[in-house]
Amino acid sequence: MASDQITLSPDEIARDVRSFLAEQEQKSLLRFLTCGSVDDGKSTLIGRLLYDTKLIFEDQLAALERDSRRHGTVGEEIDFALLVDGLEAEREQGITIDVAYRFFATSKRKFIVADTPGHEQYTRNMATGASTADVAVVLIDARKGVLQQTRRHSFIASLVGIRQVVLAVNKIDLEGYSQDVFDRIVADYQAFASTLGFDAIRAIPMSARFGDNVTTKSGHMPWYDGPTLLEHLETVELDDGLGGKPFRFPVQYVNRPDLDFRGFCGTVASGAIRPGDPVVVAKSGKQSTVRRIVTSDGDLGVATAGQAITIVLDDEIDVSRGNMLVAPDHRPDVADQFEARLVWFDDHAMIPGRSYVLRTECDETPANITALKYRVDINSFAHEAAKSLDLNEVGIVNVATQAPIAFDAYGENRVTGGFILIDRMTNATVGAGMITHPLRRASNVHWQSLDVNKQSRAAQKHQKPVVLWFTGLSGSGKSTIANLLEKKLHADGRHSYILDGDNVRHGLNRDLGFTEEDRVENIRRVGEVAHLLVDAGLIALVSFISPFRAERRMVREMMAEDEFVEIFVDTPFEDCARRDPKGLYAKALRGEIKNFTGIDSPYEAPEKPDIHVHTVGRTPEDLADEIESWLKERGYC
Amino acid sequence: MVRSSLTHLQRLEAESIHIFREVAATFSKPVMLYSIGKDSSVMLHLAMKAFYPARPPFPFLHVDTGWKFREMIAFRDRMAADLGFDLLVHKNEEGVRDGVGPFSHGSSTHTHVMKTVALRQALDKYGFDAAFGGARRDEEKSRAKERIFSFRNASHGWDPKNQRPEMWKTFNTRVGPGESIRVFPLSNWTELDIWQYIYQENIPIVPLYYAARRPVVERDGMLIMKDDDRMELKPGEAVEERLVRFRTLGCYPLTGAIDSAADTMEAIIQEMLVARTSERQGRLIDHDESGSMEKKKREGYF
Repeated sequence: MASDQITLSPDEIARDVRSFLAEQEQKSLLRFLTCGSVDDGKSTLIGRLLYDTKLIFEDQLAALERDSRRHGTVGEEIDFALLVDGLEAEREQGITIDVAYRFFATSKRKFIVADTPGHEQYTRNMATGASTADVAVVLIDARKGVLQQTRRHSFIASLVGIRQVVLAVNKIDLEGYSQDVFDRIVADYQAFASTLGFDAIRAIPMSARFGDNVTTKSGHMPWYDGPTLLEHLETVELDDGLGGKPFRFPVQYVNRPDLDFRGFCGTVASGAIRPGDPVVVAKSGKQSTVRRIVTSDGDLGVATAGQAITIVLDDEIDVSRGNMLVAPDHRPDVADQFEARLVWFDDHAMIPGRSYVLRTECDETPANITALKYRVDINSFAHEAAKSLDLNEVGIVNVATQAPIAFDAYGENRVTGGFILIDRMTNATVGAGMITHPLRRASNVHWQSLDVNKQSRAAQKHQKPVVLWFTGLSGSGKSTIANLLEKKLHADGRHSYILDGDNVRHGLNRDLGFTEEDRVENIRRVGEVAHLLVDAGLIALVSFISPFRAERRMVREMMAEDEFVEIFVDTPFEDCARRDPKGLYAKALRGEIKNFTGIDSPYEAPEKPDIHVHTVGRTPEDLADEIESWLKERGYC
Repeated sequence: MVRSSLTHLQRLEAESIHIFREVAATFSKPVMLYSIGKDSSVMLHLAMKAFYPARPPFPFLHVDTGWKFREMIAFRDRMAADLGFDLLVHKNEEGVRDGVGPFSHGSSTHTHVMKTVALRQALDKYGFDAAFGGARRDEEKSRAKERIFSFRNASHGWDPKNQRPEMWKTFNTRVGPGESIRVFPLSNWTELDIWQYIYQENIPIVPLYYAARRPVVERDGMLIMKDDDRMELKPGEAVEERLVRFRTLGCYPLTGAIDSAADTMEAIIQEMLVARTSERQGRLIDHDESGSMEKKKREGYF
């Protein structure tokens, strides 16, 4: 330990540098997070650990003393929390809003601490810290006992696969170092944590402010004979078990500097690999043999979990980023539908049916949540019916991906079983998922291959099937124009069909209302019907307000490249409200209709429609002609 | 059963290599910010490893403030020639024209114009969508909170209160037009890790890190090396030859030397182990005001 070295003379140190470095090299690395409710003293505890292991430099200490006088909350003493609360906003408000990573070492181990936020609105930052941690240190204020945040954080720690917990019962000095208080809190915690699947829970009574049982044994609690926090962290079992699992190698990057070399770069997710070992490409099932394991320090005879390597295979089989090289006798699941636990990170709720980008460590594909089976109440851990997941909520969902991905259950493999969801417009990371199992219907139900297909049906009709998707505000003229256009097509001998928003809502979608969730489902169903119509060889005219870009894009992606034409019927809100053919605007403005597009529900205009028609000053016949000539130019009719 | 038995440095090295490859695989125009210091030397070494036997598939950018130590520039050009990487050098020509420098304009203005603004200019000029930087989380409080893949909006701003969650090694590498990501492969390394790795891998570093007799001036409690004639002495100041070295390197007028006789790698590490001040103390820019690093970062400083 650095601090031990300080007590030696400089000469001794000089002589010991080499052996010190050799010893350093043998150290293992433990990553842990501290979590718990706000004001439980997390930052103070970490400040104490750094201070007691002599990791605070003189200039930092001087700055700390200065800051303690300015922002501190503990009078004349040093406020350790100020050492770790890095962002200006945090120092002013006295809270921790983002994960801070801290580093210290003892003679046995090196530690990376993720100091995670207590406030509920920063739970996503806590999940960030937990995802790379081996151990969770859950702080509890001895005066307050188990709180909602204690339960939430323990639940999230369990969700992301942490199996070792330290229950740090802090501020015990304020409860007179009472064993009764400690025992009661430990019993309370164990009562609810028993269902969370932790392998071990080590409870330690402490005072971070005064240092009791943090790095040195407390003289105030003779009734406690367990280890101090530091002793425990130095000795807790580290093995994540990944080395003993089947071989998994997500291909991250294909290195091909010239025609003679083709290497697959990546980090071994689990298991081990040697030259000569057979491997299988997960998605294609093609088999090959490892010829070399290349690193810049020379070829390896074996590589294990956690090593970043480059694999050269015996033959030129097709492998690219996003695929996985795996053990032939223990293959991962390859499926496009699976069940997962999902934590939601975004202010905009998760809505089943909406399309997101799903990202595993090296693979990426569009995906949507096909079902929200239930939400988990993080206080009672009860299952609740729900239609959406809000910020910080956790649910069990079914996921469908556009292309199959290779994965393991998260409980089996923390590297190959996790994914994130990304919003397609903002690119924000909106959720994180832990896969539980594939859905069997994905792998077992194959498409019925039919002899008469879309091409033959379309050929019979001498036309190119397509969806003409009319979007625009209520009263913008969508249905009027679509009707006129269909008459023209019909007169021209084309086979077509109109799906109209209002009509469909009387039948197929009569169970749906106008909430955001229902609007998404409304469009999803209509998209599916339009898809079938195109498959039948028809020209489908769809006239729906369809206010959200995400859903219009979802429908576009159901169709082949040139089978979807988005037509934006652009009429200003004022004109629609003035025309008001069905009297709806008047009602909505009087507050009699809720969630009315353009009034209390948004309309997201298309950014790049295929056809953009401005209706003001034009007749519907004009506009139908304009669309028809666009279609003719492109061979649709 | 094979048990994974990587040492902490092996784990850190693997993580950094993974990050380099992830960027090369997912961004259309990455660049590595090369600042010539020891952290850049380690980054360069890791980048060479990540893509072996190929060369790193991205250029290296040095933002030259015009006030770097001469030995740094010589070292930079030697490394580029030896390793054959693609080196781009950018200077804020407007700043040069206006004569902006640390002596005439103060550290704050100089750093803003010649470093922060210059960096933004260079990123815009080439249209880079990802830029590797050598920052470590153990360096400074606001850095301790930064993601490995740190999002920047189209005007290069960092929003510390709204960072993307970062789960596992599953990085969100998606950006819109004009937006970019700063990537920090050394996030989880400490100063000791850096030195230990340099020692273990025998990585070349600028000779200024080793003690030698150098001409220094004591100013504002710091030992400033008189690297050229642009440094004018104030009344009462004198240049003296002292046995000094540098723990950190930047613009010479802003980087304090320390009295030291450490002229071997072992001696440097030994000195660091007994050090009682953090390495950033040698940099004037952090002393401007409390929270100054966070402010600079929000404006686009690395």
